[in-house]
Amino acid sequence: MHEEAEVLAKSVAADEGRRSRNWQTRFRLVWGGIVFLLIAFILISLNVEISFIQTAAPFILQGVGLTLLVSAVSILFATIFAIAGALGRLSRSALLNGIASFYVSFFRGTPLILQLLFWYLALPQVGIVLDPILCAIAALAINYGAYMTEIFRAGIQAVPLGQREAAAALGMAPRTAFLRIVAPQAFRIIVPAIGNDFVAMLKDSALASTVGLQEILWRARNVGAKEFKTLQTFMIAGVVYWVLTIVFTAVQNRIESRLSAGDRNKEAKG
Amino acid sequence: MSDMKRLSTTPATHPIHPAETPGVLVKPGAEPVLKATNITKWFGENHVLRGASITVWPGETVCILGRSGSGKSTFLRSLNFLEDPTDGSVEVDGVVVSADPFHTEGGERAERIREVRMRAGMVFQEFNLFPHLSVIENCVEAPVHVKGMDRKEAEAIAEKYLAKVGLAEKRDEYPSRLSGGQRQRVAIARALTMQPKVLLFDEPTSALDPTLVGEVLKVMADLAHEGRTMIVVTHEMDFAHEAADRVYYMDKGEFAEVGPPEQVIDAPKDPRTKEFLSRFRTLGAKK
Repeated sequence: MHEEAEVLAKSVAADEGRRSRNWQTRFRLVWGGIVFLLIAFILISLNVEISFIQTAAPFILQGVGLTLLVSAVSILFATIFAIAGALGRLSRSALLNGIASFYVSFFRGTPLILQLLFWYLALPQVGIVLDPILCAIAALAINYGAYMTEIFRAGIQAVPLGQREAAAALGMAPRTAFLRIVAPQAFRIIVPAIGNDFVAMLKDSALASTVGLQEILWRARNVGAKEFKTLQTFMIAGVVYWVLTIVFTAVQNRIESRLSAGDRNKEAKG
Repeated sequence: MSDMKRLSTTPATHPIHPAETPGVLVKPGAEPVLKATNITKWFGENHVLRGASITVWPGETVCILGRSGSGKSTFLRSLNFLEDPTDGSVEVDGVVVSADPFHTEGGERAERIREVRMRAGMVFQEFNLFPHLSVIENCVEAPVHVKGMDRKEAEAIAEKYLAKVGLAEKRDEYPSRLSGGQRQRVAIARALTMQPKVLLFDEPTSALDPTLVGEVLKVMADLAHEGRTMIVVTHEMDFAHEAADRVYYMDKGEFAEVGPPEQVIDAPKDPRTKEFLSRFRTLGAKK
């Protein structure tokens, strides 16, 4: 009886393994098929000139540095705004909490492109003229900071009350308890969210092309428009953004899994 | 209940129950290390504590018994102001803090509360170890960052207490790698490293797997026998019987009966204590 059950269990396990491998194969075939069809469609119907792509692609790729620079600086400032915003939202002071909640409400409640154009086109009316790169960074950092404020606030609140009580019971002042006990634990919850937002910002930074910042999309539009070949250049830009997000999503996943590995070692309910 | 009644002033004198006599390990002539006077707590319209007082001399272990919801945990948490009592006052090692019904933030009273907390270490039901810090870092965190103690010195003290709770070899481990019983023993070492005058235990074994209760109770009994001053809220009758100098039975926010364990547990006089213990025995017998 016992051996029969074991044989049966093994054959069931083997069957499950086979089915899962089959599924993986079919899944990859679907991806490969879609990519193949796309390339075939482009090659057949658009009579792609390799020579054009050879000149356009490097020109577009030169925008990658600017896209990464704007995104990185913006996420840095967004993080700073979000920390300040989250502390404000958690503050018992009506003044600080009021300012923070207005910030979140207003900048989440208006379109990002409106905010960007405001910095670039509206401010000159009162005599303030900002460089396009400053406009892009201001718009992205302030807008993302508003979204991230709520994430940071949730991260801080996710630290169990018992942690604050234990710190207080040991005689820690509220500030010490926050800096040494709550913040480090909230940080682990928040870091993956920052990575997520960085990937999203890589794509939203394309909005900066509307204020003349020579990043990926601006270059694709301009080099394409000259020869009426934006279809090709937008395809190239799309692939560039896509590869960038794939790369940084992979980086982010690695950071996240490293953090959660640390959690398994260090965390649990304490 | 009118607001006037709620804001009634604390009696100037601290009442000492006739049964509150210094325990066997108390040095003759010693002054009480902790006096809680007329602790009263309202949660909204809910009268949780109705003027409970306690006197504890250095070297004593006292246990507070009572059914859940009787207010015993709230009382213990009022002693270090994790719960701000509505009325009453607490004195620990000469530092006096009175209830502040207006919940004034910060200032000189907050500083005195911190002084009380440094003198009264607390062990929680849920351990509340800091998950991002190793065992030794958990222990030295407050001595270094609250008392300003030298790190080396704090580590030496912590290692001594970790050895006492039998976890010297776990000093660099993180809390999540420890069993519940080990975590609670680290929590005890963490409280001890602050070198408090009195230890407060809030149902320290209630969150533990039954097989792990014993190791924690043994550490606590050892501490009691070597003359640590301890106030223990617990459901562990055997521990109370064995380790306590005095047992307080709390019912509906006041102490219904106070006395040595032989009286309160074995031969209770108060009908409320009798009823509680009879239920306890029936349940205990079924195990």
